[in-house]
Amino acid sequence: MTTRHIVASVDEIAPGTSKIVDVNGRAVGIFNVNGEYFALLNRCPHAAAELCKGNIVGLVQSDGVGDYQLQRHGEFVRCPWHGWEFEIRTGQSYCDPRKTRARKFEVKVEAGEELVKGPYRAETFAVQVERNYLVIEM
Amino acid sequence: MNVATLNDARERANAQRLAIIDCDIHPAPKSPLDLQPYMTQRWRDHMNTFGGHVRQALVGQEAHPRMTARGMRTDALPENGPAGSDLELMRRQHLDVNGVEHAILIPLGGGVSEERNPDYAAALMHAANEWQLASWIDQDRRLKGSLIVSQEHIEHSVHEIEKRAGDSRFRQIIMSPKPVEPLGSRRYWPIYEAASRAGLPVAFHPVLAGGGHPSSGIGWPTYYMQDHYSFVGLMQNAISSFVFEGAFEQFPELKVVSVENGFSWAPNLCWRMDKHFERMRAEVPHLKSKPSDYVRHHIWFTTQPMEETQDPDHLRDIMGWIGWDRLLFSSDYPHWDFDDPRYAFRMHLTPQERAMIYRDNARALYRL
Amino acid sequence: MMKYKDVPAYKPRAKWNEMRDETMKAPFSGAIDCDIHPSAPDMPALLPYMSEYWRDQITNRFIDKTPFTFTSYKPQVPINGRPDWRPQSGRPGSSLDMIRSQALDAFGSRLAICNVIHGALGLFNNDMAATIVSALNDWVAAALLDAEPRLRGSILVLADDPTHAVAEIERLADDKRFVQVLLLVMGERPLGQRACWPIYHAAEKNGLTVCIHAGSTHRQAPTGGGWPSYFVDEYVAQSAAFEAVLLSLIAEGVFKKFPDLKVVLAESGVTWMPQFLWRNDKVWRGVRPEVPWIDRVPREIVRDHVRLTLQPFDAPGDAATVARVIEHLGTDDILLFSTDYPHWHFDGTDVLPEGLSESTVRKLMIDNPLATYARLS
Repeated sequence: MTTRHIVASVDEIAPGTSKIVDVNGRAVGIFNVNGEYFALLNRCPHAAAELCKGNIVGLVQSDGVGDYQLQRHGEFVRCPWHGWEFEIRTGQSYCDPRKTRARKFEVKVEAGEELVKGPYRAETFAVQVERNYLVIEM
Repeated sequence: MNVATLNDARERANAQRLAIIDCDIHPAPKSPLDLQPYMTQRWRDHMNTFGGHVRQALVGQEAHPRMTARGMRTDALPENGPAGSDLELMRRQHLDVNGVEHAILIPLGGGVSEERNPDYAAALMHAANEWQLASWIDQDRRLKGSLIVSQEHIEHSVHEIEKRAGDSRFRQIIMSPKPVEPLGSRRYWPIYEAASRAGLPVAFHPVLAGGGHPSSGIGWPTYYMQDHYSFVGLMQNAISSFVFEGAFEQFPELKVVSVENGFSWAPNLCWRMDKHFERMRAEVPHLKSKPSDYVRHHIWFTTQPMEETQDPDHLRDIMGWIGWDRLLFSSDYPHWDFDDPRYAFRMHLTPQERAMIYRDNARALYRL
Repeated sequence: MMKYKDVPAYKPRAKWNEMRDETMKAPFSGAIDCDIHPSAPDMPALLPYMSEYWRDQITNRFIDKTPFTFTSYKPQVPINGRPDWRPQSGRPGSSLDMIRSQALDAFGSRLAICNVIHGALGLFNNDMAATIVSALNDWVAAALLDAEPRLRGSILVLADDPTHAVAEIERLADDKRFVQVLLLVMGERPLGQRACWPIYHAAEKNGLTVCIHAGSTHRQAPTGGGWPSYFVDEYVAQSAAFEAVLLSLIAEGVFKKFPDLKVVLAESGVTWMPQFLWRNDKVWRGVRPEVPWIDRVPREIVRDHVRLTLQPFDAPGDAATVARVIEHLGTDDILLFSTDYPHWHFDGTDVLPEGLSESTVRKLMIDNPLATYARLS
């Protein structure tokens, strides 16, 4: 059985910022990504660091050696310990070690395209906006 | 590794709750001025004007910048001062919550082991060791110290070791794996002699500046990704040097600890040394045992950073080849590639193996 | 403490053609030996390939009277020549007849790739060094490749001078018996750096593999801790140099820039690779934004682009350990058969470590070399 928890008011978390709240004894990070709200369990699936304390970053992409592009600003969080990158929207980690037998794949990820999936996924919660409040069901 | 495996690891850890001995944590001064109370005015003045003289381009910063917070966990930054400079935060974040029974301090960043001015090096060395006692070891009975030596200044280092040999608050001597000459060379033997007589192991932990050689035999690396790995090669070089220079023959009681250099390379290094020793024995008749035997009897390895393998049993192979009694748990708090004691070991460990790694090996080595 | 005399004596295995063991029933004949070392000749043999100016300089300055022996590669040192592989006179590897019978016939090899290295790489005058090295490569074509159809060659170049290196590659590229470009692992700079890229461009363009071989031009200390006192210590340190070089190639994006390039690491020791892959797979995920052109985990890059010659194979003699090491490696795609003739890494014809499966033996002896060297097919 899930219960609804009011975790914050909408003006507490400005775009590009986050807040860690306690929901039923579990620490959850609420992120405002360009006006949309997402929630991640504050526990990195790699080694249990407080994931939501990490820096909110964009995604660094490259067309080749010496080429550096910063895309998808504010859509990722880097774990404060080992620096692994997680998409805030889905909790999906970025780096993929699993395709050991695949052919080479193109990395250039544009907005809306399928994320290069890593083996780790941070636990996510849907956030509802109800009038001025952010609500999570857990 | 998926979430399920992490939960299993946590359950196992909880089921066998042990006090642990952490063989690598990094206290830091709030600022270099923290050392000044332990210096004469002459050296305070020197620090305030000329300061450190080391073999690298930039003052007090990395030529291979780290990925976040200058190599620290971003959640380990206190209100004031750098990560590791706040004992209260260290207690709250790590010592208390992780059941640390003892921790071996490895202070970094003082520029002691790499200082080129011999007399300033001696002053820094003394001050850094005094600071370690006053600000850390005397504040928390769990903490034990590493005696810092300015290793390129041999007489000063020997003097410092002899001066503090009876002080059981220090459990080892900390040296840099980036020397002026290979670490097993006779140049350093007076230090190893003093260490042996004092009954103190010598430990090697990554540093920034060093003896001036590029960090590997192929030249200086470009990226931090490479710089991070250079300590694997440096420790391999150090062990090979200790072995082939005959330091272990000369100092049969000498103990060496490799800290934060990894350990999964130790078996293949031993195999390589043994193999080529077979052909080249005539060059090194002072060796009475084969290289892997020296490693087996004289060298310990801290576990952080733990490798992460697809098959956890692969690491069990490595650990068995090294010897379960040779491994020392370490967290490397507060650095970014920190190993949490609850989750660092993804493979099955028997209760004895767990006890040895987390506590008993360190207890025996450091006589705690 | 265990004393050396208590160590069990080294027991050579029975000759390969007497083995009943399943693993040795693999096709043995027809192997491609990816690393043998015919010796460079003395200077008089190279003079005919030089211009008048250089012949004049080298003879009048008595440079032709110097042996060009690397300090780290002296012929009398045991590892550099197995006793039964040493000729009565001259350096190990200086007799073509012995190469034929001992390196080729004895192992039933179909082909062997000659990595002939010359001490001229230790000179600082790159024009002089390049002249000698070019003459050497011409000598290899005439004295080895023309004389023995089972031999293939490597284009020795100055890694420390990419302009010369590219010129030499282009000069010899049309001779398809040269299958790769030959570099030493330790030189003036890490081989992944952009200054070296013209070499990789020329190699890739001409369908040449790049071979990075043990050795040093001594531009700096062979270890990060300085200059070891003993040769054995310095030789052991070669594997650390290979690890650093491989990471340089990966981190600098050489395989991204040159997607068709294959690199062979020769005489590296092999068994350092599993832990290299574990560590760098893990670290990459935390440093990815620094090197964003690395778009997949390092072990995949290695599997696609990097090969290791077999000898020396740094492992104990027991089959169980060797089998575990191969499991740790996670692939046998990257191993290439080699004897490293005439270096002394094994006795008799015991070139294959015990514990390799039959399919691994077949792959490393034949399939992998064919897949690695475009010019062999």
